[in-house]
Amino acid sequence: MPLHHANRLLEAASRIILGKERELRLALACLIARGHLLIEDVPGVGKTTLAHALARLMGLQFQRIQFTSDLLPADILGVSIFDRDTTAFRFHPGPVFAQLILADEINRATPKTQSALLEAMEERQVTTDGQTCALPEPFFVIATQNPAHQVGTFPLPESQLDRFLLRIRLGYPDPEAERALLMGEDRRGLLERQPAVIGPAELLEMQQAAQGLHVADALVAYVQALLAATRNSTELAGGLSPRAGLGLLSAARAWALLDGRDHVLPEDVQILFPHVAAHRLHLAGDGRPAPPATLVRLLQAVAVG
Amino acid sequence: MSQCRTQRLIARLRPAGHPNGARANPPGPALRRNQGAWLLAAAAAAIGPHAGWLPIWVAALGLGLLAWRALLLWRGSRPPPGALLLTLALAVAAGVRAEFGHFFGREPGVALLVLLLGLKLLETRAARDIRAGVLLCLFLQLALFFEDQSLPVAALALAGSLLALGALVALTAPEGSEREHLRTAATLLAQGLPFMLVLFVLFPRIQGPLWGLPADAFSARTGLSDTMRPGSISALGQSDEIALRAAFTGPPPPPAQRYWRGPVLGRFDGREWHAEPATESAVPAYAPQGERIDYLLTIEPHRRRWLIALEHPAAAQPAVRYTSDLRALTAEPLRSRARFTLSAYPRTPVGMDESPVVLAAATALPTDSNPRSRQLASRLAAGARDDAEILERVLAELRALRLAYTLRPPLLGRHAADEFLFDSQRGFCEHFASAFAVLMRAAGVPTRIVTGYQGGEINPIDGHLVVRQSDAHAWAEVWLQGQGWLRVDPTALAAPERIDGGLAAALADAGELPLMLRADMAWLRGLRHRWEAVANLWNQHVLGYNPERQRELLARIGLGAGRTAQTLGVLAGAVALLFATLYAWSLRRPRLQDPLARTWERFCAKMADAGLARSPWQGPQAYAEELAARFPAQAGELHEICALYARLRYGPHAPEQDLRILQNRIASLRLK
Repeated sequence: MPLHHANRLLEAASRIILGKERELRLALACLIARGHLLIEDVPGVGKTTLAHALARLMGLQFQRIQFTSDLLPADILGVSIFDRDTTAFRFHPGPVFAQLILADEINRATPKTQSALLEAMEERQVTTDGQTCALPEPFFVIATQNPAHQVGTFPLPESQLDRFLLRIRLGYPDPEAERALLMGEDRRGLLERQPAVIGPAELLEMQQAAQGLHVADALVAYVQALLAATRNSTELAGGLSPRAGLGLLSAARAWALLDGRDHVLPEDVQILFPHVAAHRLHLAGDGRPAPPATLVRLLQAVAVG
Repeated sequence: MSQCRTQRLIARLRPAGHPNGARANPPGPALRRNQGAWLLAAAAAAIGPHAGWLPIWVAALGLGLLAWRALLLWRGSRPPPGALLLTLALAVAAGVRAEFGHFFGREPGVALLVLLLGLKLLETRAARDIRAGVLLCLFLQLALFFEDQSLPVAALALAGSLLALGALVALTAPEGSEREHLRTAATLLAQGLPFMLVLFVLFPRIQGPLWGLPADAFSARTGLSDTMRPGSISALGQSDEIALRAAFTGPPPPPAQRYWRGPVLGRFDGREWHAEPATESAVPAYAPQGERIDYLLTIEPHRRRWLIALEHPAAAQPAVRYTSDLRALTAEPLRSRARFTLSAYPRTPVGMDESPVVLAAATALPTDSNPRSRQLASRLAAGARDDAEILERVLAELRALRLAYTLRPPLLGRHAADEFLFDSQRGFCEHFASAFAVLMRAAGVPTRIVTGYQGGEINPIDGHLVVRQSDAHAWAEVWLQGQGWLRVDPTALAAPERIDGGLAAALADAGELPLMLRADMAWLRGLRHRWEAVANLWNQHVLGYNPERQRELLARIGLGAGRTAQTLGVLAGAVALLFATLYAWSLRRPRLQDPLARTWERFCAKMADAGLARSPWQGPQAYAEELAARFPAQAGELHEICALYARLRYGPHAPEQDLRILQNRIASLRLK
């Protein structure tokens, strides 16, 4: 059944976002693995549409926060305002209190604002003025980011990037998809009319099914070898954290679930590895993010057991 | 190699009980229980086989000391005090001295070793004691060959050495399981085998046994003797031991022709037959002629010079001596198993011009013995035209007497021939031959007794004729004018089956037969045939590899006589090569233990042979895609094999039979 939900979801989503089946699948896997997603690309390739479509199709409460350089933490988390009737401060929840948050162009905000969101992501609760409010369940953040070399951006620090399970790039659509896009209806309008395909209960079911997938000793050993390879590599400034390893394994589980299997294969790990590792690893020399070629080399250096 | 791994290796190489490798004898019980058990097993395997030929008290004491050690080990008690052990050691030395009279030589040496091994184990505390114990065990395995060099003893020594090596392995790596120890010991032993082979073949051989006690080296037994006294024994001992073997180049002669000539007894003193002195020469006293039978004779040692050959031998290799009474002799007493290439000429006339002295001796008969036989003989001889007619009449008379063949004849008194012919009328070959010879001599015809073996059994496994001590036989020879010496077998008159079919056929009552000869023991005999064929191979190729055959072999590979330096060079080179091979082997990639991983490796190797190797980082699914694209005709099968492997490797349940299915599918996969 979980596979059935996933397929219906993917099918519906690919009617809205054209020619991006693999990216959709990755995004869904990320959500099934209870991870937050980072989409890095130039503006206008459909990042927002993707996030919106996922929220819509899964029937989740959706909030979009446009990050700007003058955005303050309170604009995200909410503020406590004095209520004259009750003569007490009352907390007004901010936009973060939703099930799916689209943090658009997260690297345009100041680090202070960024970290407010990222802490909420990690703890799944918000604490202001000594008061703690739990965030809704499920809770996802899909953050989009412009490439760092664009003007007016504050690159996310490594510690923050580690909180995103996967990073994907959408890229330009292929000619056929682009043609369909240009010829067809406005995507927003399409989205407005699209009813939810599944609900939070079905999402929870998928998450639990993915968690229950079998991971053989041999696969754990392979993941460990991969992690060790990132740590021992002379090309890289540092290796993947244990949290990244856990994330890699749970993302691979979700991917195996979407593939209709009851066990995880090394191939699942290999597909997910670049998306898990790319935003976490940096080159030893100039500190640039690890390019795809480096990641492929790493994969090819580790034997499948 | 990383620091940590080096340290682990050093720790493994360092013997247990030496945590720092500095102190030789640390206090406290260093001997673990499993190490003790290994050592005790090795010692028991070293002492046990010697029990058969050691004085009974030595064997019992040796094993008793082991039992004592086992008890201490089991209870975890401390070894007995040194003073007690010293006293014991002095006592056993005195005992050995009292038993043998001296300390030198093989037997007292082995006895001392056995007892000292038991004592050494009792004081074993540290690693060096274990090593000393193992060394003693190995030496005792070697000492086994002083007594016996047969195949079972070699197997025993091998098993004992395995246990001793196991004790050494348990000492070096005490953490492993017993099975691992045994496996390591077996590997070590197997690695030693090529060295043993090279040394066996190439190391210069020394004539005779190394330990300088040639008389002890090979047991010597024979069923033959140079005297014969019929009636002195009431039951013939039936020994199954092999006397000789013959491998015929052509078909073997029929049983009635298989007369193996041994001592010739020409002098009769009324009760006993004796051999007469005969002259030796390098050529036979006859001109070989007629049908020729070629064979390879392997004769067991009997410490005499008798070359027991088919009648009548000639053209032997190596050269033999021939006697005037038509026997063949070896140059030296047969102290070890020997091989001869021989030809036999059964139809050769012999003794045509026998000397009058010999003929006169062959009619001599003491006047005071066997009066009734002499009377019968003179009656038969009266009126006979010639000796041939007398022979006819004597044989006819013997036939008419209806003598019975038995292995358990009654004891006979002073006039053995008389009592046999006229009273008991039951006997075996000695009685028949002796009575016949007495009659013939009394009638004035030259007659003598020939002993040797008659018959033999073809081993169906290797086709060799095997003659046993139980085939020992006595027959007679009669000299007739113009015909020379003629073989007459009086036993054949009463029991022709004895000659044609062997002992079992001759005896009506199976109760008399030795176990092995009974018909219902056919399966046992089949087993014995098989075993003897194997033992013969061992004898011929391992024990029979003497200096002479080593020279032949070395000459064939270009290392002839006088090339000792080259031979030793080849030996050293071969040993170095073996070491290099073993070293290279030790560096090879460790073999995958997991059968599934091995199966997958095999599949990948098969695909690599077909032209598409798997990259080490490729998972099964990705590899399947690539293979399917390369071999579209088998795409389905390839996908299924890879998926099956992936399920077995990474899936939640892996039933045993799935692995076999995978193995079968891989085995039956054919790529076009």
